[in-house]
Amino acid sequence: MSFIGINWFKYSSPQAFHPLAGRMIPWFSAAALVLISVGLYIGFFVAPTDFQQGDAYRIIFVHVPAAWMSMFLYVIMAAWAGLGLGLNARPSFMMAQAIAPTGAMFTFLALLTGAMWGKPTWGAWWVWDARLTSELILLFQYIGIILLRASIDDLRRADRASAVLALVGVVNVPIIYFSVRWWNTLHQGASVSMTASPKMAATMVTAMLVMTLGFWMYSFAVTLARVRCVIAERERQPSWGKNASIQEVAEAR
Amino acid sequence: MSQPSMSEALRGVVRRDLLLAMRHRSDVAMSVFFVVIVASLFPLGVGPEPAVLRMIASGVLWVTALLACLLSLGRLFTADYLDGVLEQTLLIPQPLAVLVVGKVFAHWVISGLPVVLLSPLLGLQFGLGGDSLGVLTLSLLLGTPTLSMIGAIGAALTLGLRGSGLLIALLVLPLFVPVLIFGAGAVTSSLAGIGSEANLSLLGACFLLSLAFAPWATAAALRIALE
Amino acid sequence: MFQTVALSGSRGERQLFSDVSVTVKPGTLLAVVGANGSGKTSFLRMLCGLFSPDRGAILWQGEDIRQLKELYTAQLTYIGHLNGIKDELTPVENLKVSACLAGDESSGAIVQEALEAVGLGRSVHRLSTRVLSQGQKRRVALARLWLSTRPLWLLDEPFAALDVAATSYLTQRLQSHLSNGGMVVVATHQEIALPTDSVQHLRLTE
Repeated sequence: MSFIGINWFKYSSPQAFHPLAGRMIPWFSAAALVLISVGLYIGFFVAPTDFQQGDAYRIIFVHVPAAWMSMFLYVIMAAWAGLGLGLNARPSFMMAQAIAPTGAMFTFLALLTGAMWGKPTWGAWWVWDARLTSELILLFQYIGIILLRASIDDLRRADRASAVLALVGVVNVPIIYFSVRWWNTLHQGASVSMTASPKMAATMVTAMLVMTLGFWMYSFAVTLARVRCVIAERERQPSWGKNASIQEVAEAR
Repeated sequence: MSQPSMSEALRGVVRRDLLLAMRHRSDVAMSVFFVVIVASLFPLGVGPEPAVLRMIASGVLWVTALLACLLSLGRLFTADYLDGVLEQTLLIPQPLAVLVVGKVFAHWVISGLPVVLLSPLLGLQFGLGGDSLGVLTLSLLLGTPTLSMIGAIGAALTLGLRGSGLLIALLVLPLFVPVLIFGAGAVTSSLAGIGSEANLSLLGACFLLSLAFAPWATAAALRIALE
Repeated sequence: MFQTVALSGSRGERQLFSDVSVTVKPGTLLAVVGANGSGKTSFLRMLCGLFSPDRGAILWQGEDIRQLKELYTAQLTYIGHLNGIKDELTPVENLKVSACLAGDESSGAIVQEALEAVGLGRSVHRLSTRVLSQGQKRRVALARLWLSTRPLWLLDEPFAALDVAATSYLTQRLQSHLSNGGMVVVATHQEIALPTDSVQHLRLTE
């Protein structure tokens, strides 16, 4: 299978993917640095002061993209998990394993910046509004997946169990969102729209989209770096797919 | 070659678990006493002011029922796992998801149903009356089997792991949240005079959704745990 | 007819066995032998479909058991290391439940006959299994074989914990099963007292 002259299938083996990932990381890191800097500049300096919330609202340029990323990454992680279970493919499980900590980090960032926004705006470090509460539960789901994997010694069982949990969780994400909104309508509804934005000036939208793109680049870079670590860790153990006998393992060690 | 029909296998699984429960009658009593004791802690912590108690009743009683379910999940599959009955169950030539529904049903009859039957009394303790008592009982009747079915997924994923008690809680509580919101919301809206139909229908939807998907996920998790 | 084709298995880091190909014809017993830890239990669990092989396939009447799923498990009786019985129930209750879940005859009289055939006298039939000895519990587990009408039996060290009398009862039962055209796969350390033309051996190596 060839696409723009490259045989993609050869990269589906971890040994081949490792160096490819290594070459991609610097590009993604550079793109992330540039985009995040630009996004922060626009958000903190260029965008106009909000007439209701003053300058404190500017934290939204980190909060909203982080919240989006936390949800995107969960869905992508669940997709890799599903692929792993369906095709019984260990690289898919490795990708899911690599994405989880970054997703958890963005969720935590969204919560932290949400609190930082909440203090000047609503006077409290924590408010039980729909979006923050949903993010909190999403954080628990991420931590659950990471801890489940950590609690299982057998690699195959760890992969498959955390994959099942990720899939169950992804079904839960929209349900949580709906139920928590049902429960509380304090938080302003989604106010960023690509077509018409009566509440947000054009520069604000631009800043958020640039930040989101920057976070995407960051996620690629970090996930690829982590996947390389996962590959290196697993390939030290000659189980999965290799016919090494105990004798060979003993000699190698 | 012999094969049980699906209903024979289901009835066999349920009958065995209920028979075992009759030999361990303390299990039923444990759920009941837990709920009574924990529900009594709240007035002791918050004060006996009737208006306050009525306000927190729906949340307190629902969270208590939820915790009771959570604590009983460890017993769902562990005994069968340890004595080899679970692997025999996996070999029964009927869909494992159906057998899981049987096990969860038996488990609910032992741990969840007593709480539902006790709930009117607890509601009275918290100053709930008339309609809201009925709504409380109905919400728990719909909600506790849902919690058991969802919780079974966590129990199956953590089968045989050390520290599984706490780990189940972490895995399963995010999945419990919608059921809690709609269940407690039904009682709250009934108290506020708004009408609980919306919340109860959503709760019913959660029940049906969990019946459709949770046993299947639990079966997958059981196979993974028994490899 | 039952075959494995180039079966390879590993558990975690350890390669257990590789490239195992064996055919079991009706009326024969396959004795899987090997030292402790050589993968006999994993091999048997693979034959049940409880454990996935790394490579290779297991065929029942020429079809892959992964495609057959329940059609295959309806053909086998598996008795593993764990007895699969409940301590809180009596031997009669345990056997009735097992038989019912297997679709076999489960009336009280037939169940008691099976228990007697495996050497458990009527005096223990109605006691809670908890008070029985390990050997007696093992007999309760094995009593399923006297009720089973399924062609393929997969037994993991069935003779362990059995005394001489029970060993001979079990051997006789295996013999009559083989005479009826059944198949048995046994993981064992011991020699089984059956005619050599109906027994083949498989030694698991890495």
